[in-house]
Amino acid sequence: MLLYGVDITSRLLLGTAQYPSPAVLAEAIRSSGTEIITVSLRREAADGAGQAFWSLLQHSGCRILPNTAGCHSAAEAITTAQMARELFGTTWIKLEVIGHSDTLQPDVFGLVEAARVLVAEGFDVFPYTTDDLVVGEKLLEAGCQVLMPWGAPIGSGQGLRNPDALRAMRAHFPDTPLIVDAGIGRPSDAAQAMELGMDAVLLNTAVAKAGDPAQMAQAMAQAIDAGRLAHAADPMEPRDMAVPSTPVLGLAELA
Amino acid sequence: MKIIVNSQPHEVQSRALSDALTELGFLSPAIATALNGTFVPRNSRESTQLAAGDRLEVLSPMQGG
Repeated sequence: MLLYGVDITSRLLLGTAQYPSPAVLAEAIRSSGTEIITVSLRREAADGAGQAFWSLLQHSGCRILPNTAGCHSAAEAITTAQMARELFGTTWIKLEVIGHSDTLQPDVFGLVEAARVLVAEGFDVFPYTTDDLVVGEKLLEAGCQVLMPWGAPIGSGQGLRNPDALRAMRAHFPDTPLIVDAGIGRPSDAAQAMELGMDAVLLNTAVAKAGDPAQMAQAMAQAIDAGRLAHAADPMEPRDMAVPSTPVLGLAELA
Repeated sequence: MKIIVNSQPHEVQSRALSDALTELGFLSPAIATALNGTFVPRNSRESTQLAAGDRLEVLSPMQGG
């Protein structure tokens, strides 16, 4: 999978928030096999906490994808992205412009506006968006080379609430990397996303809030691999009626 | 001079942003700054002068999804 010219093997992108401890986070990163982890920016408390976390990130060996989580306007997201680029030394940015506090639904108007500005400034924008095709087109027009549609509201763990829309996105954007971002709860959800032909899955809470995050990270990675293989293998279509799988030819007459 | 740092009022003597950061105890190299909502790159902190009432944001790496 090529993301802004970078060849990525693992189809799992992992968030770094809400783990019971830094050690558990590090273990989950390792067992997931991820190559991309998401991070954020928050107010520094003048106690160096940010520096400690930064060391952990550097030791992970993963590529960093900073986000603009918590931004409710294009202007805030743009400033946050600029700060993230300097801090993390990457042009990659997971662009979030939030429209509603309760659903954390993307404000797609602010998103497109911010994407246009950031692309012009040399950023590689990973937009957290809805599954709306027109918005997707606008984001590509703005210069995005990846789309990250939501599966369900962030942190809800509801799985894919609108698989048909994701299927439509796949058909409409056959050559654009599509990464389902948000809403994954279980490995079966991640597998379903990949079976639909998504290129990758970004998740956080489903692993961080599992009883054993490292084990869940591994389960997610395997589900993603299984779903991807299944999509490539061209699954059968469901049928309305039963069709015997055992041949009936040569069946004995015993009645 | 009173400025607002991460939403908290602070009294600083320094005029230059770089000096004010040191005065406020932001010694970590892993920080990024914004003044009144506008990003201030690291190499502009010395030449950036503070004024009373300025809103300074000092951010650092944090866990995120």
